[in-house]
Amino acid sequence: MSVVTEVSQNGQKLTISIKGRFDFAKHQEFRESYENLQPKPESFEVNLRDATYLDSSALGMLLLLRDHAGGENAEIRLTHANADVRKILAISNFEQIFDVA
Amino acid sequence: MIAVQSSFESLTILIAEDSAADRMLLSSIVRRQGHAVLTAANGAEAVQAFEQQRPQLVLMDAMMPVMDGFEAARQIKALAGETLVPIIFLTSLTESEALARCLEAGGDDFLAKPYNQVILAAKIKAMDRLRRLQATVLEQRDQIARHHDYLLNEQRVAKAVFDKVAHSGCLSAPNIRYLQSPYALFNGDLLLAAFTPAGDMHVLLGDFTGHGLPAAVGAMPLAEVFYGMTAKGYGLSETLREMNSKLKRILPVDMFCCATLLCLSFQRRSVEVWNGGMPDGYLHSIASGTRTPLTARHLPLGVLSPQTFDDRTQVFPMAVGDRVFLLSDGVIDTCDANDQLFGIERLERVFAANQQPDALFEEIEQALRDFRGEARDDVSMVEISLVEAAQLSPPAPVYSDSGQSCPLDWSVSFEFRAATLKRFNPLPYLLQLLLEVHGLRAQSGALYSVLAELYSNALEHGVLGLDSSLKRDASGFARYYQERNARLDALQDGYVRVNLQVSPKGEGGSLTIQVEDSGKGFDVAQVMDRPLDGVRLSGRGVSLIRQLSREARWSDDGRSACVEFYWEALA
Repeated sequence: MSVVTEVSQNGQKLTISIKGRFDFAKHQEFRESYENLQPKPESFEVNLRDATYLDSSALGMLLLLRDHAGGENAEIRLTHANADVRKILAISNFEQIFDVA
Repeated sequence: MIAVQSSFESLTILIAEDSAADRMLLSSIVRRQGHAVLTAANGAEAVQAFEQQRPQLVLMDAMMPVMDGFEAARQIKALAGETLVPIIFLTSLTESEALARCLEAGGDDFLAKPYNQVILAAKIKAMDRLRRLQATVLEQRDQIARHHDYLLNEQRVAKAVFDKVAHSGCLSAPNIRYLQSPYALFNGDLLLAAFTPAGDMHVLLGDFTGHGLPAAVGAMPLAEVFYGMTAKGYGLSETLREMNSKLKRILPVDMFCCATLLCLSFQRRSVEVWNGGMPDGYLHSIASGTRTPLTARHLPLGVLSPQTFDDRTQVFPMAVGDRVFLLSDGVIDTCDANDQLFGIERLERVFAANQQPDALFEEIEQALRDFRGEARDDVSMVEISLVEAAQLSPPAPVYSDSGQSCPLDWSVSFEFRAATLKRFNPLPYLLQLLLEVHGLRAQSGALYSVLAELYSNALEHGVLGLDSSLKRDASGFARYYQERNARLDALQDGYVRVNLQVSPKGEGGSLTIQVEDSGKGFDVAQVMDRPLDGVRLSGRGVSLIRQLSREARWSDDGRSACVEFYWEALA
């Protein structure tokens, strides 16, 4: 599995871990990882520790997650990104709408 | 019955066997299994029967007179072409070498004599499965090829339509060099350029998320906004706001457009930049050899709501000959065989090694080829040089009305107050109003430039109290525009008044533009004493106004500017 999910014990936080290239091929898996959760988690973490690369369709997927999680009020942290991935997040200025840690 | 039919298809099977007894025995077995039978007594007859009746499967004796089974198999396979006609060799041969020869000649299987009916039926069935699989694969391959042709044709048509929409672009201007695949549109890359009414040049290099049609559909509305608003004299900020809100409205959440938008002013010798999500562009100063990165400070277009969108731009001074270079991520993201990215460092090495600015494109392309071994089709680059304004000839606007209802005797006054000055650019409206007067159309460029200078002088030096001498050098230039944005954000009161007066004079007429502001004014005599040059970075506005209009006067200690335009009888 290249997209692994983990819900915190109280069900309030969802952690989605991405392995390998984060691109369109993960579209389905990524969406399924958060779409049908009941109750809907309050906060989200996308763990990019094992993500080697991230392309613009992955940025689009992050926007979908943001939309799902409440748009401008969404609480989403992008964590453990490597230098290359960070660079892509920086160029696209996604740091302005995601909490990049 | 129907179920049986669907799983069992009666085949036409050719039996090539020189022994009449064997042939009859085999024929009756095969017929009993529900197939139609053709027979041949040697290889030559078998080839002939195949040519004439195209059986779907062949049972072939290896040893036959006239032409043996091996040769017949080769010829039948050649005749069958891409269609799979399974050949099962009938043989009493047992040495593995002979059996291997059967397969080498094109046989698909073999059956040892004497015949076992059950095995024969099973082999025919298995071969039929293979045959049908092959037929399906071929059919699907042809279908894919047809769809592909269809898609390419659709792309050609879509591209032609798009080129019509984008036709008013000025990518062919002598100061622009660019490199783009003809189908870049379908990689989501978009390059647009157009002149403003004042003769400035707007350039957009954009990159939509994704590939193919989804990436291309957003390009159309974006191009329309770009060309429409640029032609009407809107600045970058308003154009960006409109683009962003339009894309936000029409695109799905996961689609957006990274873009760099530039406004090159040949008269003011500056470039205004907004970069949302594109790789660094570069401002190359030829005199100093420095390359200033034009870094993305914003989210791409179509991500933020109109309320949170940030349209702040940066302004840099330029000298004649300086260049702005923009590129798409196709350049930096080009991968080599080991999945290594070309990267910014390699690009910067190409920059550093560059001797002839004109050869830069070729050098980058060469470096990409050396790195990857082949060229990618989603590499877009554009380079725009700052040239003397006189070297460019913006196309004359085309008007469709007859002039019968042209207004010739009127005046109008506006007062734009603080809350409006912050977010509204009245120039496009004023210009549109003035261009209803046919006599002014021939000088629309000068008219717009003068109006724009008067307005920005009134706003920046008057209402905002900015000192234009700040713009003496490059760093001051940047500070000036930072300060401008900060003061505008904090603006509480103040006004700019614009009075326009159009009067007929004989066969022609005159326009008087009066612009007043609530600022402190300036030392008119001192400014008017300066020579009319165009080289200094600061105070170019006043000098430009004096050069472009017939008459320009300042009164009320510089708080009120009055400029006149005249026109003669229309031909």
